[in-house]
Amino acid sequence: MNKTFRVALTATLPVMAGYLVLGMAFGLLMTDKGFAAGWAVLMSVFVYAGSMQFVGAGLLAGGASLASAALMTLLVNARHLCYGLSMLRPYRDAGAMKPYLIFALTDETYSLVCSPSLPPEVDSRWYYFWVSLLDQCYWVAGTAAGCFLGSALPFDTTGVDFAMTALFLVIFLEQWEKAKSHLPALLGLGAAGVCLLVFGPSSFLIPAMVCIVAGLLALRPLLTKGGSQ
Amino acid sequence: MSHTLALIAVMATVTIALRFLPFLLFEKHTPGVVLYLGELLPCAVMAMLVVYCFKGVQLTATPHGLPELAAAALVILLHRWRHNTLLSVLGGTAAYMMLLHIFA
Repeated sequence: MNKTFRVALTATLPVMAGYLVLGMAFGLLMTDKGFAAGWAVLMSVFVYAGSMQFVGAGLLAGGASLASAALMTLLVNARHLCYGLSMLRPYRDAGAMKPYLIFALTDETYSLVCSPSLPPEVDSRWYYFWVSLLDQCYWVAGTAAGCFLGSALPFDTTGVDFAMTALFLVIFLEQWEKAKSHLPALLGLGAAGVCLLVFGPSSFLIPAMVCIVAGLLALRPLLTKGGSQ
Repeated sequence: MSHTLALIAVMATVTIALRFLPFLLFEKHTPGVVLYLGELLPCAVMAMLVVYCFKGVQLTATPHGLPELAAAALVILLHRWRHNTLLSVLGGTAAYMMLLHIFA
């Protein structure tokens, strides 16, 4: 196994735990709603967006109109615009892998590629590629397992998906320690907290995102003064 | 069935469009303000995703979010101590699963 693959595999282990469990939950949900395994796997391969797929299962079951499905997807996934913005530079020289890297940029993959501290001998482009591909493999494998195993799992997995929460916390801590200013992180916490209270758990991400971008723009004179770009 | 296929195609297309849009718009020429946002957004967005993970916690009903808070505190302590991502994630997750059993 080459070094880059090993580093990528290690980095994705927490996502493996989270994606297998959530993927299974998605597979179960689709089976519950009466869809054959193929449909669930098709969504995990081509839509590949966790929370949207859970919403999507409801849309499929209810026979929603194409327009409302498009609008719902737009709202649930609008945050991905921001992920792209911060990967413009890192993905600039990714060559032939680039379309796949962009396609596979989920929340969890983003968390692993947005500011990794890689050993010098690791090729960052291949790290991005393996992280993206491994994560999607976990997700698709989880989905298929959920469809076929159903609820007949031999062990109690309740709470395993906390691995993803823990991973996000760890990445947040690392960014906090590296950051020149804590204002962006505090802004993110504050905006998300307030929007969660105001808009409720199912619709706070978009307003939070808007507040964060607006806040960062307003703070630009302050945050660029200290010599950062 | 063809409607199901069409719905999946629509969801896939909109998701892909959102992911590609920033690259299509700013690939050739990236304005300074976009670079600035690209640099500082990760910190703010990760903070938002952390809040997102805790959105389902019920503070007013037992166990008042205690398993989540305790496990999160353990993750923070472990990480400040060893700075080992796997250790922090495994420790926090194992503690959380145990706490769920205790409070269940």
